[in-house]
Amino acid sequence: MTEFLESSVFFGVVLTLAGYGVGALLKKKLRLAIFNPILIGALLCIGVLLLTGVDYETYRSGAQYISYLLTPATVCLAIPLYRQLNLLKRYPLAILLGITAGVLTSLSTILALSALMGLDHASYVTLLPKSITTAIGIGVSEELGGYVSLTAVVIIITGVLGNILAGGVCKLFRITEPVARGVAIGTASHAIGTSKAMEMGQVEGAMSGLSIVVSGLLTVVGASVFAQFL
Amino acid sequence: MKYIKQGGIILGVSFVGEILHFLIPLPIPAGIYGIILMFLCLQTRLIPLAEVETTADFLVEMMPIMFVPAAVGVMEALGLLGSLWLAYLLVTVVSTLLVMLCSGWVTQGLIRLTRKRKEGKKDD
Repeated sequence: MTEFLESSVFFGVVLTLAGYGVGALLKKKLRLAIFNPILIGALLCIGVLLLTGVDYETYRSGAQYISYLLTPATVCLAIPLYRQLNLLKRYPLAILLGITAGVLTSLSTILALSALMGLDHASYVTLLPKSITTAIGIGVSEELGGYVSLTAVVIIITGVLGNILAGGVCKLFRITEPVARGVAIGTASHAIGTSKAMEMGQVEGAMSGLSIVVSGLLTVVGASVFAQFL
Repeated sequence: MKYIKQGGIILGVSFVGEILHFLIPLPIPAGIYGIILMFLCLQTRLIPLAEVETTADFLVEMMPIMFVPAAVGVMEALGLLGSLWLAYLLVTVVSTLLVMLCSGWVTQGLIRLTRKRKEGKKDD
């Protein structure tokens, strides 16, 4: 059985889709943010992998057909942004300064907390790019001398966290402007958060997508400066 | 045929992004060059919106599923954190929350300020 599953071409993809499907169904029925389809989907996949004895590497080589679409999907974030171009033209300064404020908050809180908890330089720079999209973050971490695989881990955790918390945080702290919501979610939690922003609305999704690009580029510069501080 | 053409355009832009990533020695991935490129192509009408819209919306809707394999990998890699996991988790949770609040509030405040100013001008 295990042998068959390991050689199957479709197992990884079907498992991923089924896990996510169950997660989405739970979310719909229970309406609780913690029943996040990405989180539930991943937990179910791990459960099945443990039960069937298929290891992660084998699963990943099957599931790569899904991950393959990530870059083209990222490219497509330009489409909602293009549709909301008039908003970008109306509030260019608010959007740009909002993202900049977020990037500075990210770098400075990571500096303060790392110092507070006595983390060493390598751990500090591992965490610095945690709010930006994985592919940029890994590059930044590598360049600054961080633990690249751990950076990937904290980036994904940040994204899933942002995806789960976005709705509640916006409501609780009265972030009601759709543009501001999008900027907040995208700057804090990159593409994984953006998929939540897309569910909230076209404007939120568009602004979140824009924030991935701008905050990613600002962090490349900002992190290299902040890396000197600890 | 429609999907083949739309998919072809999107993959083509991704491929050009990949070429830029290869040529430019910066830690900027193909996807980021791709978004900027796609946006510029739409803006200049080099690619009409209708030529990519349907497939693009589908891919964006599918996006959360594409993160599931990575999330599975994270849970596998949690062991790497060892005794540092609590410190890492704390930094991650606190800073993510603060970033969301700060960027949200700054943007919202400035939007309202812009709006007030515009309304003020109308009253004059």
